[in-house]
Amino acid sequence: MTVTYLDNNATTAVDPRVLEAMRPFFCERYGNPSSMHSFGGTVARDVARARENLAQSLGASAKEIVFTSGGTEADSTAILSALATAPDRREIVTTRVEHPAVLNLCKRLARDRGYVVRWLSVDRQGKLDMDEVRSRITDNTAIVSVMWANNETGVIFPVEEISEIAHEHGAIMHTDAVQAVGKVPMNLEASQIDFLSLSGHKLHGPKGIGALYVRRGTRFSPFVVGGHQESDRRGGTENVPGIVGLGEAARLCSEGFADHVATMRRLRDRLEQGLMATVPLAHLNGHPEARLPNTLSIGFEYVEGEAILMRMDVKGICASSGSACTSGSLEPSHVLRAMGVPFNSVHGSIRFSLSRYTTEDEISYVLEEVPPIIRGLREMSPFGREYLSAVCTVQ
Amino acid sequence: MWEYTEKVKEHFFSPRNVGQLEDANAVGEVGSLACGDALKLFLKIDPQTDRIIDARFQTFGCGSAIASSSALTEMVKGKTVDEALKITNQDIADYLGGLPSEKMHCSVMGRDAFRAAVACYRGEPAPEEQLEGELVCECFGVTDEQIRSVARENNLTSVEQVTNYTKAGGGCGQCHEKIKEIIAQVRGELRKEKKAPAAAARPMTNIQKIAKIQEVIEKEIRPMLQQDGGDVDLIDVDGNRVLVALRGACVSCPSAGVTLSDAVGAKLKELVHPDLHVEEVSG
Ligand SMILES: Cc1ncc(COP(=O)(O)O)c(C=O)c1O
Repeated sequence: MTVTYLDNNATTAVDPRVLEAMRPFFCERYGNPSSMHSFGGTVARDVARARENLAQSLGASAKEIVFTSGGTEADSTAILSALATAPDRREIVTTRVEHPAVLNLCKRLARDRGYVVRWLSVDRQGKLDMDEVRSRITDNTAIVSVMWANNETGVIFPVEEISEIAHEHGAIMHTDAVQAVGKVPMNLEASQIDFLSLSGHKLHGPKGIGALYVRRGTRFSPFVVGGHQESDRRGGTENVPGIVGLGEAARLCSEGFADHVATMRRLRDRLEQGLMATVPLAHLNGHPEARLPNTLSIGFEYVEGEAILMRMDVKGICASSGSACTSGSLEPSHVLRAMGVPFNSVHGSIRFSLSRYTTEDEISYVLEEVPPIIRGLREMSPFGREYLSAVCTVQ
Repeated sequence: MWEYTEKVKEHFFSPRNVGQLEDANAVGEVGSLACGDALKLFLKIDPQTDRIIDARFQTFGCGSAIASSSALTEMVKGKTVDEALKITNQDIADYLGGLPSEKMHCSVMGRDAFRAAVACYRGEPAPEEQLEGELVCECFGVTDEQIRSVARENNLTSVEQVTNYTKAGGGCGQCHEKIKEIIAQVRGELRKEKKAPAAAARPMTNIQKIAKIQEVIEKEIRPMLQQDGGDVDLIDVDGNRVLVALRGACVSCPSAGVTLSDAVGAKLKELVHPDLHVEEVSG
């Protein structure tokens, strides 16, 4: 069965050109870039080129890039560095809808190290209240960590505006941009962001590689302590194939940026409109405009997400759900709950996330297969039948 | 990704007995939209014989909730109410070839829905009202009596298991201490009860014991040994010592000691009394 992959916020396919760029660095050019011999030393040039490519795609300079093992490590590095370099400041400002990489670290810092975490709330559309943001950031704030775009809903936060507020109070501004890189235009040179996290496997690069952008002049304290790699900012022999892959992936992302974004947006909008038109009692989760071009989160009332995913799975359709049953915990998505999405649609929330590889045919296929799945499961459900049957007869 | 058995998948993709039953005389409802799963069970019971003639369900929930509901309807059909009341949540899980431990609450939901339907049929208050108790888990609305009943029936030993089976403790986690206390109480009760039935098993008279041993040797053990050209005779029973004599091929068989302890001893322990032990005598 062919796979229709609409789960690109979870991870993406490696671009074959990325794989080709990485290939020589396993069995042939396996030298250590720190070595004194030219066999290793020349590899350092490839690492430098990858750094340059990644920096360029962000509008940053190569010196501002620190390679890490992924998005999670970049997040930890940023937050712990900010706390280490401002020991008198005892507060962290972040949102209730961060990825666990930030959320659970902040919870732990509150529990184990006595930090006060100011959790910013979001409204029904997943947006922040800028008045609340202003009131929460104070001279006691060590770091403001606000994701650029949310992984579940795609909602985009005004990180530039928040950076200004953070800086007015002398706090460091970090943004988890793991979902935004490659989908949102970025020019960090013209921005005030101090730290920015990204991850290779969300932009058609390999897993296990990421980077932290560290604005020139920002106080820094390393998280992984060891050798002198990454200009003393991250110890450990470089993941050379990963770094080369990430550099190439970033280059390819910016090369076709406008086209990729336009394609994803057009197909996403078609999917959204198609589902909304054929499935009654379906609601968009998240702001319709301030949103990534590839993400569509829909709550289908009176059906449960895991059941939907299982029935899509046998049709080869891959997506994610915010339902409790898929998470292994018993609580549905913390993001959708923070937004106040009602229970009858939280459990049936499905996230479709597209990539530059998504095709018209795939969207047509999903539009054909998904509505009957929802209808079938609703016919089994004890809830809302009167209302549903009234609506369903129209079809 | 959950590892579901083929049987779970089959009952999820082609559920049996879906829908309402117009002439149902018993309906049981459990769960809620807020909790993420709910089951409404319809039964048609013959009032003369108490036999369940038909069963249907409507379920809102995940794959294993739908599969458990489907399995339940298949299991209760044709049984009398009393027979079907003996079905435990573990029986439902077993019918499906097992459920992931985190999903056991789906089988509990099946059991609870059936009990609710029976209460409705018998004109009794719904079980959750009988089991009102004290609210322990506020996130999922689970009372101490509900936890106690499920922990007892499934011999649960940890908070995690209680969460898997009842959802209690799966939200904010504030009730974990309370759940631990309930588990400790239930474990204590179970330990006490376990001692009691062992004592109850003992008052078998010597005559009864010998008769039972004889029966097991005749029906279970001799046919087995005779297949290999051997045989066994019961010589005497002295307390828990069972004295036997081996005949035929068994006498010269080099593994005679193994045959004795393996076949005769194990069978007698299993079918008569665990304290028995077998000794060979030349008879
Ligand atoms: C917003 C966000 N932050 C962080 C991460 C973690 O990145 P990684 O898997 O590279 O550690 C992810 C992806 O899972 C994400 O979506």
